[in-house]
Amino acid sequence: MSIIEATGIYKTYQETKVPVNALNGVDLKIEEGEFTAIVGPSGSGKTTLLNILGGLDLPTKGDILIENTNLKTLGSRQLIDFRLHNIGFVFQAYNLIPVLTAKENTEFIMELQKIPKKERSKKAMELLEAVGIADKADHKPGQLSGGQQQRVAVARALASKPRFIIADEPTANLDSRSTNELLEIMAEMNRKYHSTFIFATHDQRVMDKAHRIVTIDDGKIIGDETFEGR
Amino acid sequence: MRSTVIFTSIAVGIIGAVVSDGFMSGMTDQRVNSAIANEVSDIQVHNPSFLLNGEIQYQIPHAGHTMRKIESIPQVKGVSLRMRIQAMAASANAGAGITLYGVNPAAERKVSDLYKHIIQGKYLSSKDKIPAILGQKLAHKLNLDLGDKLIVTVTDSTGTITSGAFQITGIYKTANDRFDEANVFVRKKDLSALIGYPVKSGDEIAIRLKANRQTPVVMKKLQHIFQKEINSKQIVIQSWDQIQPLLKSMIAMMNYFSYIFLVIILAALAFAIINTMLMAVMERTREIGMLMALGMNKRKIFSLIMLETIFLSVVGAVLGLIISIFIINHYATYGFELSSVARGLNYIGYSSRIFFRVNTNFYITSIILVVVVAVMSSISPALKALKLQPATAIRDIQ
Repeated sequence: MSIIEATGIYKTYQETKVPVNALNGVDLKIEEGEFTAIVGPSGSGKTTLLNILGGLDLPTKGDILIENTNLKTLGSRQLIDFRLHNIGFVFQAYNLIPVLTAKENTEFIMELQKIPKKERSKKAMELLEAVGIADKADHKPGQLSGGQQQRVAVARALASKPRFIIADEPTANLDSRSTNELLEIMAEMNRKYHSTFIFATHDQRVMDKAHRIVTIDDGKIIGDETFEGR
Repeated sequence: MRSTVIFTSIAVGIIGAVVSDGFMSGMTDQRVNSAIANEVSDIQVHNPSFLLNGEIQYQIPHAGHTMRKIESIPQVKGVSLRMRIQAMAASANAGAGITLYGVNPAAERKVSDLYKHIIQGKYLSSKDKIPAILGQKLAHKLNLDLGDKLIVTVTDSTGTITSGAFQITGIYKTANDRFDEANVFVRKKDLSALIGYPVKSGDEIAIRLKANRQTPVVMKKLQHIFQKEINSKQIVIQSWDQIQPLLKSMIAMMNYFSYIFLVIILAALAFAIINTMLMAVMERTREIGMLMALGMNKRKIFSLIMLETIFLSVVGAVLGLIISIFIINHYATYGFELSSVARGLNYIGYSSRIFFRVNTNFYITSIILVVVVAVMSSISPALKALKLQPATAIRDIQ
């Protein structure tokens, strides 16, 4: 069953006098439980596509349906609420809240979802346990390495029980060891919880783990391969 | 750092507003208190014609009886019947126009603090022979010293110009050079002998109250007691602010200035807060974009920025208040010395040492206004934060 269905997506930026066509008619379906990498050279439109799939931006033309909800029909408030309950994000620069501990960062989304304190505290510890840094629950981001911060970001993304997780270059700032550990954790989450992951990446190590690789160039999908058995 | 800038600006704003008000109120108080204590007393009674012409022949009818009635009012501390006459004072070297007061030294001590300002010699007493006291400024002008003779020329009861000599037994100095330059005090019995009016007569009754704030109440009582005399224009009763309307205007002007200063400080504060909070929003583009991406709604982001400003404002306001109270209390006790400009201040009637005073109302008003301005100033940065698009905000920093 497709949880994301993007049809005829165009995105044009009008920030300068010359319009920039970032996406030129993208059609893409993502099935539940996929571990998909969107790859392509810089400026190919990966991040734009990811932003549109994650409801952070709307297409100039085309429809984006997430489990039958067309994001273009949602108002600003509804879109924010939709993201809160359906989409998880992992950013390249981790983007944790610096004044909160790892546990509090993980609890943050559940707090926005108004989940009771006891329940969210328990769930946060479970997720930190699952990403292997339960012992650093009381550490603030500044006291954690890049790899550890990104693990907290993954735990935070999973905390809202999203329909899928968008990860934009999640390993770009990590060393090889941290990258491997993080990818292993995400693959484990994918297997264990059947979580759907969509990456934008340049990183071959991420591509090696992906079940599906969608290649994009000049705002168009030019390749779509599935790898069984990964 | 940013937070420190905001709450320090707010604290400095409150300190600036309160201290400037304390200084101005202190100056006003000092001038008013000095004028009441040394120059005009709280209330004066005259013959209305005396006020028009300034001639001693327009005396207060039944002065003794009037004084006894006034003395019976509980709020009254002292009453003094004076002879006040325009005169020419002369020494061997110079001359000057003066106001000559004939007073009963014992009664005068109860209505005027001039005896506390004697810097050379002593105050008028019954033991000395035709004593006179004069201000330091006049003594310098006439080149006179203690023990010297002061020649005064006045018009007597028959309209004849007459002169008399008084011996200088005391020199006073108040905070008001112009008062010191123009007023000479002698015993009433000596003056009455010179000008030929009965010693029990007088053209001015000075009334000093136990507390200056009781002036309106006592004025009402006096107007009631002397309703007949007032209606028949035998006497006129004036409070200190009617005698010296300039003082009243000055109080109103100083209060007005205090609020103008406050408004200027608030305007500067508003720009500082808007600038700092806009910087804060720009610096936090990533955080705000991330919070929006994760699902924090706009209302919460707006509240977040507003609450931060309110918190910093309250911290700054409390800090500013504590420091202000400390400064005001210090200068209220020890005074703020302006000796470098003492001559100028004395010339316009002010002491060079200012004792600060701030009304509780001004503290409250300042804090409320500062916090209101801080909150209003944060609206614009908060609205700017709401306009951020999460995709752009996150893209900008990656």
